Amino acid sequence: MIKVEGLTKRYARTVAVDNVSFEVEKGQIVGFLGPNGAGKTTTMRVLTCFLPPTGGQAEVAGFNVTADPMEVKKRIGYLPETPPLYPEMEVLEYLTFVGRLKGISKADVPARVKEVAERCSCADVGNKLIAKLSKGYRQRVGLAQAIIHNPDVLILDEPTAGLDPKQIIETRELIKSLAGDHTIILSTHILPEVEQTCEKVIIINKGKIVAIDTVNNLTSRLRGSEAVAVEISARNGDLNSTQVQQRLEQGPGGSRVVARSAKENHFRFEVESLQGHHIRPEIARGVVDSGWNLHELHPVAFSLEEVFLELTSAEAVAQSKGGAQ
Amino acid sequence: MSNIWIICRKEMKSYFSSPIAYGLMAFFALISGYFFYMATAIFVTRGLESQMMGRGQPMDVNEWVIRPVLMNVSVIGLFMIPMITMRLFAEEKRSGTIELLVTSPVRDMEIILGKWFAALLMYGCILLTSMVNLGLLFAYGKPDWKPMLIAYLGLLLQGGCLLSIGTFLSTTTKNQIVAGVGTFAICLLLWVLDWVSAFETSATSKVISYMSVVTHFEPFSKGVLDTKDIIFYISVIFLGLFLTARSMESLRWRS
Repeated sequence: MIKVEGLTKRYARTVAVDNVSFEVEKGQIVGFLGPNGAGKTTTMRVLTCFLPPTGGQAEVAGFNVTADPMEVKKRIGYLPETPPLYPEMEVLEYLTFVGRLKGISKADVPARVKEVAERCSCADVGNKLIAKLSKGYRQRVGLAQAIIHNPDVLILDEPTAGLDPKQIIETRELIKSLAGDHTIILSTHILPEVEQTCEKVIIINKGKIVAIDTVNNLTSRLRGSEAVAVEISARNGDLNSTQVQQRLEQGPGGSRVVARSAKENHFRFEVESLQGHHIRPEIARGVVDSGWNLHELHPVAFSLEEVFLELTSAEAVAQSKGGAQ
Repeated sequence: MSNIWIICRKEMKSYFSSPIAYGLMAFFALISGYFFYMATAIFVTRGLESQMMGRGQPMDVNEWVIRPVLMNVSVIGLFMIPMITMRLFAEEKRSGTIELLVTSPVRDMEIILGKWFAALLMYGCILLTSMVNLGLLFAYGKPDWKPMLIAYLGLLLQGGCLLSIGTFLSTTTKNQIVAGVGTFAICLLLWVLDWVSAFETSATSKVISYMSVVTHFEPFSKGVLDTKDIIFYISVIFLGLFLTARSMESLRWRS
C-alpha cells in the first residue's frame, strides 16, 4: 500500500531524512518510532504530498507522490501533530467543510459527518465552537477529519500526544478499530503505545532507519537481557544496603546491580541480567535464603530511551570498528 | 470550480464570525459618511451661493458629490485592504491548518482564488456601506446612476488588485502583523506614486504615475470606462495571484 524507496529530504543545511526505504502492506498498522527531530514528521509530510522529496521515490496506493499528488491526496487521511482545526468553526460545520474539501459530494456529506462524529465520539459536542473544546476533543475531531473521506491510508502524527491516560486508551482503541479498512502509519515516541497498537515497527533516528521489525521480534530482541526490579526488607534486625547489593551481585547471570532507593529498611534495586539469562528465580532464592523479605520482583520494561541507547550505541560501535579497519 | 467556492465560503464565514468584518464595515461607514456629509455640505452652500449671485446654473450632483466622495472612498479602501488580507495565509501557517488545505485534493490555485474571492467579497461588503449614503441622493434628487456604477466597478477592480498583492504578502510570513504592515506600505506607495506627476511632466514621472493605482481610478470616478485602466488592474491582479502561487510552491521546497 505504501512503498518508500531511498527517500531523502534535505533542508537548507540539514538532512532530515536520509535514504529511507520501507514498505507497508494493506490493512497493517505500522508504528513510526523515534525521538524528536528523528525525521518522523518529515517522512509523513512527504507521504502526504505536503513536502516534495529531495531524492528517492514514495508511492501511496500505487500513485507516486511527485507525479500524481492529486490521486495520492484523495487516498490519504492525515492528522498532523497539532490537529488542523479552525477555532472559529463549530465541530459539525468544520467536518462538513473538510468533507467537501476532500471531495465528498454535497448530498453525501451530512451522513458521513454524522458517521465519523459518532465513530470518534465527538457527536455530543457537534454544535460547540472548536475554540471551546478540550484537548482530548480536539484530537478526536482531528481524527474524525482524517477519516471523513474513508481514505485507504491514514497517517497520524503523534495521535496521543498531550492526552490524559484515559483519552490515550480510548484513542488507541479507536485507532485499532480503524485498522483493516485502512492502512495506518502512526508516529510516536512511546514504546508501549507501539506494543499495544502496532503490528510492525519502524525505528528511525537522525533521519536513518535503525530497525524495521514486528513488535514481538523487536521486544524479545531487546529483552534478551532482562532488567528486574527488586524490593527487599529485613525480616528481623538491621540490614544495610551494601550487604544486599553484595548478595545480589553474587547471583549468577547478573551483570549490574543498581541501588534505586533505601527507606526504613526497605531497599529497592534494579538488576540487569546478561544476554539470555533468566535471573528472577535466582534472585528470589538468594533473597529467601538470606532470610530477608521479598516485597517485589518484576521485570522492568525497556523505555524508548533504552531502546535507543541500545540500537544507536550498537550502531556507533559498529561504525567505529568499521572506521578502525 | 466548486473547490474555490468551498474555500471562499469558509473564508467569508471566518470574516463574519470575528469582529473584524463588523469593525471594518462600521469604521468605513463612519469615514465615508463623514466625507459624504462634507461633500454634500459644500455642494449645498455652493449651490446657494451661485443662486444668490444670480447665475442660477444648475450644479451636477455627480460632479460635486458622488465623484469626490468615491475618490475619497478609493483612498480609504487602501487602508482597509491590509486588514482584510493579512490573515488569509499567515493565520493558516501559524495554526498549521495550511497542512489540511495543502494535503487535500485541491489545487494550490483553487485555494488562492477561493481566498482572494472571499477577500474581494468582504471588500465589496465594506463598499456597500458607502452606498447607503449615495442612496439618499436618489431619494432627494436625480443623479445619474450609470457613472456611479462604473465608479464602483473601478473601486472593486482597484481593491481586487491590492487584495491580490496583500494575499501574496500573507503567504510570505506566519505573522499577520508583518503581512498587514507590508501590504499597507505597498498600498501607500502605490497611492502616493501619482503625486510625482504634480511637479513634473517628464517621461519618467509619467511612467511612475502610471504605476499608481489611484491614477487609474480617476477615469472610473468620472464614469469613463477605459480599457487601458481595466487592463492595468486586471494585469496587476494576475501578477499578484501568480506571485502568491509561486510563493506557496516555494514554501514547500523551503519549509
